[in-house]
Amino acid sequence: MKCVIAGGNVKVLGRAVHSLSRIGDELYLEPTEGGLSLRAVNSSRSAFASFLFAPLFFQLYEPGSTGPDTELFRCKVHMKSFLGIFRSLPSLEKSVGKCLILLKPRASRLVLQLHCKYGVTKTHNLAFQECERLQAVFDTQRCASRLCAPARVLAEAVVHFPLTLAEVTLGTGPGGKIGLRNYVEEEAGESCRVRGLPPTLGCPSAPHPPRFPPPELSKTMVTELWLAEDEFQSVAMAPGSHITFCLKEFRGLLSFAEASNLPLTIHFDEPGRPVIFTLDDTVLEVHLVLATLSDLESNSQSPSTNGVSHLPAPSDDFPDDLESYMVAMETSEGGLEGPPSPTFPLRTPRPAESQPEEEEEEEEEGAVPGTPPHKKFRSLFFGSVMTPGRPGPATSQEVLAEDSDGES
Amino acid sequence: ASLDNARHLSSLLRAVHFQDHATCVATASGLRVTVEDAKCIQANAFIQAEIFQEFSVQEESVMFRISLSVLLDCLTIFGTSSLPGTSTALRMCYRGYGYPLMLFLEEGGVVTVCKINTQEPDELLDFDFCSTKVVNKIILQSEGLREAFAELDMTSEVLQITMSPDKPYFRLSTFGNAGSAHLDYPRDSDLMEAFHCTQTQTNRYKISLLKPSTKALALSCKVSIRTDAQGFLSLQYMIRNEDGQICFVEYYCCPDENMSEAEL
Repeated sequence: MKCVIAGGNVKVLGRAVHSLSRIGDELYLEPTEGGLSLRAVNSSRSAFASFLFAPLFFQLYEPGSTGPDTELFRCKVHMKSFLGIFRSLPSLEKSVGKCLILLKPRASRLVLQLHCKYGVTKTHNLAFQECERLQAVFDTQRCASRLCAPARVLAEAVVHFPLTLAEVTLGTGPGGKIGLRNYVEEEAGESCRVRGLPPTLGCPSAPHPPRFPPPELSKTMVTELWLAEDEFQSVAMAPGSHITFCLKEFRGLLSFAEASNLPLTIHFDEPGRPVIFTLDDTVLEVHLVLATLSDLESNSQSPSTNGVSHLPAPSDDFPDDLESYMVAMETSEGGLEGPPSPTFPLRTPRPAESQPEEEEEEEEEGAVPGTPPHKKFRSLFFGSVMTPGRPGPATSQEVLAEDSDGES
Repeated sequence: ASLDNARHLSSLLRAVHFQDHATCVATASGLRVTVEDAKCIQANAFIQAEIFQEFSVQEESVMFRISLSVLLDCLTIFGTSSLPGTSTALRMCYRGYGYPLMLFLEEGGVVTVCKINTQEPDELLDFDFCSTKVVNKIILQSEGLREAFAELDMTSEVLQITMSPDKPYFRLSTFGNAGSAHLDYPRDSDLMEAFHCTQTQTNRYKISLLKPSTKALALSCKVSIRTDAQGFLSLQYMIRNEDGQICFVEYYCCPDENMSEAEL
């Protein structure tokens, strides 16, 4: 594979790498006919990001030759090594004119060459590992709700939440408003709510009617933010819908979106199903898929959260590129629009469950970093092997990557 | 010796401050401060007599060893911020062998007196690096190297320097955990002020020894890089101080003995 990125696009690539570095420790590179895809997944498999750069993004793009039976070469490198090359974005902008990426499978080296000011050339030869295809299973078409907003609006909203905040809940409010609230665990008990209504964002015309239990002293500060529908470019939200996802991983994408000035679309469904953030451009397609907390109330309706089955406890040593599992995690939360009662959600972690049609290995997932041990996100959708020729849509947990260990 | 602006001295000394102790030699031409490490690397800061408002040495030369850390702390006793218009005035006295170095520092009417004990000077390394033995020499504008040196892959044990009349002309290479990295400067680059390479030479130097030279590089406007037949490296930095006066700092380094095949 050989490609050349020129001018301002080098900085875009650098920013994409910075975004991906917020997700995982390894960067997966996959050249395809449709462009070069850079992907990352976090250790608990609850966050997946992919940046697809179309051939037009490059000054030169040669994904490499493929035979009838061979696929295009793909590899993964240590995120730190790759990030080190693009570490300083301002200096990238100032001094780098061109970036060449060359994959040399036989020499086991990924070559990145930056052509800089004054004729200086920086060549990095990175070691890589071959890997299987990393693909999250998701389908934006199946999502019941969709929001689209300029990145700036979301960035301004998110800035009010503390940097250490793990999860945030996004949902509908009265009068069609869309709200963001930090997710508080039930140990905090009832929390004292602080309304954040900055004048720059759409203010609701009337104060929100008190539907929450009377505030009590608590160590947790709850921040709640409401945005009017007209802040968004498009809103298609099922009433009463809400989802809770990890803010930390979202911030990485948000800073990329803001810098690129692209509108961000949020696709989501019911709690427990992944939320998909997308950015679309003529030369770039970005997806960030995050697991969401599943809701105690919605269990009975949603088939995917039902069915406790007892599976043998899976071993911990999965092949790196190929885990597939679904962990149903039981938490509930007082939703933004949920019935007023569950302010003391029950937390009963369920054993791993399987989808009826799946033959996947499953595993009790370790906690998402930043959350208490017993709290787990429904982890993402990584299918195990998909034999070529199987129908596409990623709605079921179809296997999309070879399981080098074989199915259990 | 007396100096209107102690920063002229302190900033240069910081550029060679990678060890606690330094040897100072004062002669009629000025002050030389030398720092060494591991018998492999030597850094010298030269402050010519002309930089000082007053500079006199009674004997032919005086030499003593002193704690450079303490000296720097004293010189910057009024703080290190460089507000325009405020400067620390300095007066240094050394009575002779066995006597402490006296410093009188004044800023804004406040006077501080420091007495720093001196020690027996150590034997200094002589790299025997003279211009006639130089095989390869380049002079580069520091601007081009600063970022490179600051971003050197420190997981690499060595910094490999290749100088050649043919491609790649001038190359800095590291071999770290992530893989290898090469920085190439072509001979016709705008940064290249002088390029005199007669022979292709590739030498490796312990990166931990050379990393401190980044400070000198940061202060300088030009750097000359020279190697001799044995692979000894001389880095000379031309530093312009606040008043536009020129001072020099040089680093000498031995090549790393454990040469192994360079990675591709």
